Amino acid sequence: MHKLDDNRAWLLIVPVFALVAFNAIIPLMTVVNYSVQDIFGPGQRAFIGVEWFREMLRDPTIQAAFIRQMVFSGLVLAIQIPLGIAIALLLPRSGWKSSLAIILIAIPLLVPFNVVGTIWQVYARPEIGLLGRAINAVGFDYNYTASPVAAWVTLLLMDTWHWTPLVILLAFAGLCSIPQPYYQAARIDGASRYAIFRYIELPKLKGVMTIAVLLRFMDSFMIYTEPFVVTGGGPGSSTTFLSIRLVNMAVGQFDLGPAAAFSLMYFLVILLFSYVFYTILKMNSRA
Amino acid sequence: MAEITISDLRHAYDGDLSDPSKLALKGINHVWRDGGAYALLGPSGCGKSSMLNMISGLVRPTAGRILFDGRDVTDLRPEERNIAQVFQFPVLYDTMTVAENLAFPLRNRRIAPAQITRRVNEVAEMLDLGPLLKRRAAGLGAADKQKISLGRGLVREDVAAILFDEPLTVIDPQVKFDLRRKLKLVHETLKLTLVYVTHDQSEALTFADQVVVMSHGEVMQAATPEELYDRPSHSFVGRFIGSPGMNFLPCALDGNQIRFDGGTIPAPALAPRPGSQLTLGLRPHAIQPADAPTGITADLIEVEDRGPWRIADIAIGTNHLKMKLKDDVPLPSGSFPVRFDPDATLLYADDLLTGDLRHAQA
Repeated sequence: MHKLDDNRAWLLIVPVFALVAFNAIIPLMTVVNYSVQDIFGPGQRAFIGVEWFREMLRDPTIQAAFIRQMVFSGLVLAIQIPLGIAIALLLPRSGWKSSLAIILIAIPLLVPFNVVGTIWQVYARPEIGLLGRAINAVGFDYNYTASPVAAWVTLLLMDTWHWTPLVILLAFAGLCSIPQPYYQAARIDGASRYAIFRYIELPKLKGVMTIAVLLRFMDSFMIYTEPFVVTGGGPGSSTTFLSIRLVNMAVGQFDLGPAAAFSLMYFLVILLFSYVFYTILKMNSRA
Repeated sequence: MAEITISDLRHAYDGDLSDPSKLALKGINHVWRDGGAYALLGPSGCGKSSMLNMISGLVRPTAGRILFDGRDVTDLRPEERNIAQVFQFPVLYDTMTVAENLAFPLRNRRIAPAQITRRVNEVAEMLDLGPLLKRRAAGLGAADKQKISLGRGLVREDVAAILFDEPLTVIDPQVKFDLRRKLKLVHETLKLTLVYVTHDQSEALTFADQVVVMSHGEVMQAATPEELYDRPSHSFVGRFIGSPGMNFLPCALDGNQIRFDGGTIPAPALAPRPGSQLTLGLRPHAIQPADAPTGITADLIEVEDRGPWRIADIAIGTNHLKMKLKDDVPLPSGSFPVRFDPDATLLYADDLLTGDLRHAQA
């Protein structure tokens, strides 16, 4: 019998298929199911097609949250990627100092998300927090519960503190993998420190930095816990990001249909952006 | 172009010279003649790459001086020494084209663009890189990449020397031959001093006018390939050069006889220092079967066929030796008499060459 005609092969993929079905396909389909129905109560529902999707796209609070989310992710990448590379360049490449520095730098990564939020919520308070009092003492009027700018600064500082270490670790690993002869050849060629960075280190970092940009984009685009703990989306709705808006809708208002449609679009947007980033960075490294 | 003089070069990677046995280089003196092709040959860890990196300035020796044409360059940085160095793995600036790679050392020195273009074209012409100039360097084969590494050294005018650190390791065997010939050609055209580090003796012996054999941070012998083969001045060189290496036979001087386990031969008029450890050194071709008894009897153990010749494992007394036979020499069997070629039978005292047996049998 020809290999392709042996139907028993299907049996062998059943376990994997069942596993994927239960942890991915069925939950996702539940969301899809909600997103195309209007649910009034148990047993009372109506199929309404893509109406929720249309409504979500037109919702001004979601549009505002989307723009806020884009700005936040853009700032996160613009701050953390260069900062991470810069710090990685300053680290010693070997010896006990290197190990110690890496351990200290990695600590924020080990802190649970809502603990990070709590730490900064207290740390940045204008009346009792060390950071909040210090900023006010220098003469700035800083109160993240009252001023949107202060709230944004606090969230960006917190996210930078929490996640720049990841960029540093990736950049450091990339730098450590550059063979010594590259530096030796550059010395013989009389290259300046800037030229070494521009023509040796930066090109060699491209691979790990692609990963760093993707991870930081996806994580920051999905951020929920820390702003929820620190600002709760305020003051007003100035730090209401997509996920906070979504949770308000799904859990707070119990609008399951619209929330399902929103979730699916949220998911597709992240998928799309990640794909675009990946393609652009891949193209650059091949061109 | 330069004559490179190395004077009493000592180096310890931890900077501590107090224990001579731990030094990476143990007091090396050598003169690399202007325009000469030298190979630095030795097993891994013998200090040959360290020495090369000191000539180029990448490593500063703990003690000793390095002179280029009499000028002390020990404290100069690599870019101030005008050295071209090619590493084991090709080093390229991936984002640049071949032409930009070649121009890089000149751009860093702020040379006028017109002159850069002229030099880049000259070097590309010499290394057959002309058609590749506009290509991105990253996509090329290892051989072309090594040529670019070399070219980056050659674009600077008045390059003092080209240093190679095992540059053919990652090159395919078929391309190796062509590239080696190209390197040799560049050397002959430019008359540059060339130092070539390798652990591959055939590469060293075919490439260089003079081979410097190193072991454990010391120069064992610096000589032409013929001399290294025919008259190794130290038993290490005898063992290291040649495949199989030189046979060594512990022996003792007894009146006018040299006595060893399994036979005697007439002694030469040599007077080695009393009490020194004597050994006979014989290349495998210096031992041949004899038609009549010679006073030395060998037992055949095993024969290995190597095409135009055979290598026979033999035992003389308790000593195991290798004998190299042309394939038209009939293969003896069992116990048979052997003779030692007196021109090629060398006497070593405490591992150092003291003489041969040529005069003894006259």
